[in-house]
Amino acid sequence: MSTKHTIAAEKFLQNSEKVTRHDQTFWSVRVKRDAQSQELPEWEELREAASQIKKHTITHLAEYLEKFEKNATKNGAIVHWAKDADEYNEIVMDILHKHQVKKVVKSKSMLTEECHLNDHLIKHGIDVVETDLGERILQMMHLAPSHIVMPAIHITREQVGRCFEDYKISPEVGNYDPTYLTRCARYHLRDNFMTADCGMTGGNFGIAETGDIVVCTNEGNADMSTSIPKLHIVSMGLEKLIPDYKAMGVFHRLLARCGTGQSTTVYTSHFRGPRPGGEMHIILVDNGRSKILGNEEHWQTLKCMRCGACMNTCPVYRRTGGYSYTYFIPGPIGINLGMLKDPDENYHNLPACSLCCSCDNVCPAKVDLSSQIYRWRQGLDGMGHADPMKKFMSKGMQVLFESPGLYTTALKFAPIANHLPKFITEIKLNGWAQGREMPVFAKQSFHELWKKGKVKA
Amino acid sequence: MKIGLFIPCYVDALYPQVGVATYKLLKSLGLDVDYPEKQTCCGQPMGNAGFQNMADELVENYDKLFKDFDYVVAPSASCAAYVKLFHPNIVNHECKAAQKTMDVVEFLHDVLQIKSLPSKFPHKVSIHNSCHGVRELHLSSPSELNIPRFSKIKDLLQLVEGITILEPERVDECCGFGGMFSIEEPAVSVRMGTDKLNRHLATGAEYITGPDSSCLMHMQAIAKHQNYPIQFIHVVEILAAGL
Repeated sequence: MSTKHTIAAEKFLQNSEKVTRHDQTFWSVRVKRDAQSQELPEWEELREAASQIKKHTITHLAEYLEKFEKNATKNGAIVHWAKDADEYNEIVMDILHKHQVKKVVKSKSMLTEECHLNDHLIKHGIDVVETDLGERILQMMHLAPSHIVMPAIHITREQVGRCFEDYKISPEVGNYDPTYLTRCARYHLRDNFMTADCGMTGGNFGIAETGDIVVCTNEGNADMSTSIPKLHIVSMGLEKLIPDYKAMGVFHRLLARCGTGQSTTVYTSHFRGPRPGGEMHIILVDNGRSKILGNEEHWQTLKCMRCGACMNTCPVYRRTGGYSYTYFIPGPIGINLGMLKDPDENYHNLPACSLCCSCDNVCPAKVDLSSQIYRWRQGLDGMGHADPMKKFMSKGMQVLFESPGLYTTALKFAPIANHLPKFITEIKLNGWAQGREMPVFAKQSFHELWKKGKVKA
Repeated sequence: MKIGLFIPCYVDALYPQVGVATYKLLKSLGLDVDYPEKQTCCGQPMGNAGFQNMADELVENYDKLFKDFDYVVAPSASCAAYVKLFHPNIVNHECKAAQKTMDVVEFLHDVLQIKSLPSKFPHKVSIHNSCHGVRELHLSSPSELNIPRFSKIKDLLQLVEGITILEPERVDECCGFGGMFSIEEPAVSVRMGTDKLNRHLATGAEYITGPDSSCLMHMQAIAKHQNYPIQFIHVVEILAAGL
């Protein structure tokens, strides 16, 4: 009864101290999020408003997309449409070729991860430099993000220091002081900002009413990326659209509070059109999103604004780390998005949920995360991915529970299990016995006590 | 008021004393309580594993057995929540019995609104706020939400003489039982349970108590394995103590 997640999780859990650190780091973000939410009396109304706005926008998506395109074009931006990752990567390459770009500086974008843009650009000889510090560290270490908002938080400062030494960014060998290392990163990134020919950003929000793109960062790297090169390319999933600035007010109040426990991100940058003498391209990417829209049971995933709050609260994510999941987005939202992307590869993540439902309560857009995971599990048998042991056990329970007679007989004989030797009850198949004693059957069940008139007031 | 007693399968087999305490308590409050013998399970173990379709007959049977009672009361928040929230979807029709099903804490607090109890329990207890009790039945205010704080469990326990009520840090974090989860992800499950146990222990409590014997069973199994000096007791056993 194991999947890729359960195996990877078991391995991750062998290092108890690392698990404690990982758990406490993300729990502290949850605590900060709680404190922020408690400061706004209208918090729950905000969440409901965000949920309704997202629902409204994605159910009127065609209308808002056209409006956005019209207004962005009026502002002087060039809007592109990409139906999938391949088309998206080609559009980016075309723009870069046309401008003879040799180096791209990028601010953080999960969409480019989703489409494997960096690999594509590097293959075509483009120098790609991530400028979000966490992303840059991971890029240098050739690692994937383990969280969507704090991608490199699982890396220690010693590891960062050694990596910087390897890349000749840190001249003082053995100096792992965070302030020092941050300064090294700053000099290194400045050089890259100065020499890049193109800046790429994601988009946290696209505002249909004005054609604006809103990008939220804590490091100002999106602003640096777009302030020096004359060419700016925005990559944005279709679902990032919101109707107007009134809606923006709702989301702006929620995003950072939920994501990192800050009242606002340090930088909230509004891009409206190209810089003088430059070009601004906006690529709107579908890549399966319109298909999700038609999925009655899972369309709500499109309400997600990628704040990461569901990961921070998830007791399983906190104790198993981002790399235990097969999809590049981990945690509750990642389990669901992974299933929508490729169920054959990502059904492995479905056990990674105790159905505690905490994610449902922290989600600023009220995505029904745990219910969706429950529903995916119901579909596993039909996909041919049901665990044979679980199916066998469920079938056994069905037979037992459908027949009260058989059930009462079983109850009568159950206490015998108490006297079985440990080597039988703790065979490897029995996951329960790993770190737990077997529960003890009562000598007489409630059923039996009742029948014998022993249950008395 | 006619009350149907639902004693879920694992309470039946492992913790009959919880069923007995529930019966005694309800009777002591002057209620007409019956226990339909042909009951078995709520179906959650199958649904949880991805086979809720195998539970359809069982759901119909539950509805037939309990539909004529005024209330169906179960000493297990998770099972009561499963009946209430999932049964109608499994069989695709309204379920009368499901609408009337309540966890015993909910029933005592909301329906009977009891204000006094004759029970005594001179011990320190740490409340285990189980996930489905908190987030599906709202026995207490979920820590994630910005709503006025409440705890129906605390309200009831406060009626017991001599009791000291404590709560762990991370007041409603999951203990890692999760039904099938506990054997499918055993490493994570045991780690979650150990973390939870340590937070309960840190309160200085002698007992861990909660509305779900399933969570208690999981933590008890770990405590026994590691020889932790703590005992486990269902909320209703405390409320009925001395009857």
